[in-house]
Amino acid sequence: MLEDLTLKLENVLKKVTGQGKLSEENISETLREIRRVLLDADVNYKVAKKFIDDVKVDALGKEVLTSVTPGQLITKIIYDKLTDLLGGNNKELTLNPTGVTIILMVGLQGSGKTTFAGKLAKFLKSKKRNVLLTAADIYRPAAIDQLKMLGKSIDVPVFSIDGSKDAVKIAEESLKYAKENHLNTIIVDTAGRLHVDKELMDEVVNIKKAINPTEILFVVDSMTGQDAVNSAKSFHDEVDFDGIILSKMDGDTRGGCALSIKAIVDKPIKFLSIGEKLDEIEVFYPERLASRILGKGDIISFVEKAQQQFDEKEAQDLEKKLLENKFDLEDFLKQIKMIKKMGSLQSLISMIPGVNKALKNQQIDDRELVKVESIIQSMTKKERKTPDILNGSRRMRIARGSGNSIQDVNRLLKQFKEMQKMMKMLKTRGGAKNILKNFR
Amino acid sequence: MGFGENFNFRKLKDGLKKTKDKLFNSISETLQGKAILDEKVYEELEEILVTSDIGYDVSMQIIDRTREGMLTEKDRSYEKVIEILEKQLSKVLSKYEDKVTISDKIKANKPYVMLIIGVNGAGKTTTVAKLAHNFKKDGLKVVIGSADTFRAAANEQLEIWANRVGVEVFQKEKGSDPSAVAFETLEYAINENSDVVIIDTAGRLHTKSNLMEELSKIKRVLQKVIPSAPHDVFLVIDGNTGQNGLVQAKEFSKYAELSGLIITKLDGTAKGGIIFQICSELKIPLKYIGVGESVEDLQSFNPSEFAKAFFE
Repeated sequence: MLEDLTLKLENVLKKVTGQGKLSEENISETLREIRRVLLDADVNYKVAKKFIDDVKVDALGKEVLTSVTPGQLITKIIYDKLTDLLGGNNKELTLNPTGVTIILMVGLQGSGKTTFAGKLAKFLKSKKRNVLLTAADIYRPAAIDQLKMLGKSIDVPVFSIDGSKDAVKIAEESLKYAKENHLNTIIVDTAGRLHVDKELMDEVVNIKKAINPTEILFVVDSMTGQDAVNSAKSFHDEVDFDGIILSKMDGDTRGGCALSIKAIVDKPIKFLSIGEKLDEIEVFYPERLASRILGKGDIISFVEKAQQQFDEKEAQDLEKKLLENKFDLEDFLKQIKMIKKMGSLQSLISMIPGVNKALKNQQIDDRELVKVESIIQSMTKKERKTPDILNGSRRMRIARGSGNSIQDVNRLLKQFKEMQKMMKMLKTRGGAKNILKNFR
Repeated sequence: MGFGENFNFRKLKDGLKKTKDKLFNSISETLQGKAILDEKVYEELEEILVTSDIGYDVSMQIIDRTREGMLTEKDRSYEKVIEILEKQLSKVLSKYEDKVTISDKIKANKPYVMLIIGVNGAGKTTTVAKLAHNFKKDGLKVVIGSADTFRAAANEQLEIWANRVGVEVFQKEKGSDPSAVAFETLEYAINENSDVVIIDTAGRLHTKSNLMEELSKIKRVLQKVIPSAPHDVFLVIDGNTGQNGLVQAKEFSKYAELSGLIITKLDGTAKGGIIFQICSELKIPLKYIGVGESVEDLQSFNPSEFAKAFFE
């Protein structure tokens, strides 16, 4: 039990041991771990490298709050930076108040363009727009039928030219049709195409030239891997799209390709497409995606909780006491209370990634904390300040008074003594680092 | 060459050229003129492997093994490093090659039943058409079962493909029970004395347990008609897929025992490196690769030939 608490003390001790500021040394391990997390989440190799390097430059020298480790702090900084990057340049869908708003959907095969076109049509219809869907995918068998069926199910008209093999003309004609029929929003669904297919890329460029879209949306499968940078770059260079749609977000992919794309082309992520039903469209929240990519939502909330709950002043007092070797059972009780404020011990520990894996696997019983607390509470003030006076009869009294066995009391005192011994060693020069090793 | 196989070495090479160029030519570039294999070289190898979607851990393992292999090598040339890397990679892919081929299964079962599954947009329907084309070319009578009864116009899409390829397609109206389609397709195929049945299914994300259960049901229903069916269950993976591909494969294998992989869209710049992890984790072979949009563009996967084309 006490070993667990010493982990908390480690946080307090680190100022003494030069862990008070972020340094190359005390964050390198966490950065390596995070780089690997990013790669596992499909963030592009180069993007991950640059991202980590940038964060490092910004973070070095930052003060570490007493209640968190440098590793935790750098994780929080990375999370914030990731959130900024993902949410950067954020811009809602542009809808012209007058005239026709033209939205062009582009992307690779199977990325989810047609389904999203249907969702967007439904969404905009609910915003009182008069929507027309344009079926300009002349290649995939039955793509036009698919859009027609989707349109029918949401009661949105679909424009198509049967048998036409000219996507540019279909787009142009649909615009005319919209104007004639007082429809103020058209969504043009195009064929999926590989970014290396020159002919098809030319086609989409020609569609763009012909109808001059208000918004070009690049739909990308959120399960995409490393190559996302190449396809996004090509589409960006060819048609200069205005926004990104992440599709199939109802899967369990971490979605790191979003960061890759954002890093390569700084365009806003406008919507998430999260299912097969036509109302499964979501506005984008960068902090949610950042947590998903890092797979570490918990550490963030841990750092935030720690920031809220740990009283800076109390921690400073404690630090002073540690230095003066005056840490007693009274202070220890305060520590326990602080930790209890933060929630169950098991949940707290499980929130700390990589810090103490062995600890995580152990079943931590919160009752142990209560036990230690009750033992200390059964002591007099004097006993708490000077545990050395605790002889056999005093211990027996405390055990009975707190409803514990004498062995429990003895164990607590023994462990506390050991802690004190270590604190003493801290005062000897150079001893600090060695002690910290023992804590890990 | 057996039934349903499509192997055109030149075409495979063309289709893979980009993949190959990306992966191994960049390794060559990295290593050329660098007699000393320093950390920088290995770091560059790491980048090349990771950007192929092979995955960080597996990349590291491959590099470690290559490093070990190089320790005992007198020859410190880049050719040697590539050779050792090649071996590492091709070993993974050839390890789980089937002893019983699709051809053997077709000869032993009439009809031979193939179930095609995968996430949305992976390229299942197009792959089904290409498979049907391969089998038909070999003079086999093919029926496709259209068990994607969910997506709008899935029936129409498959019908157009079937017409193009010249095979029959069995379908029911949208919204029908997909296992009923599977059941009736088999009965129809038996009646028609067909050789090969390919069941196309709706795309489903592996996180949707109700849809995944549906796959188990399709499988059970097929077994009611032919106890040994399906003779093959192939998972179609989009070549652009990142690390989630492994999760997909694992989940799908829980509901329908996978016998092989098909990887599509390798005609772009994506390298499909995730197959290395899938093949070794699930101990299943890669059966076909999709390298283009025409019906000819589904290639049988032959590890040794593939490796040759890959590294040549």
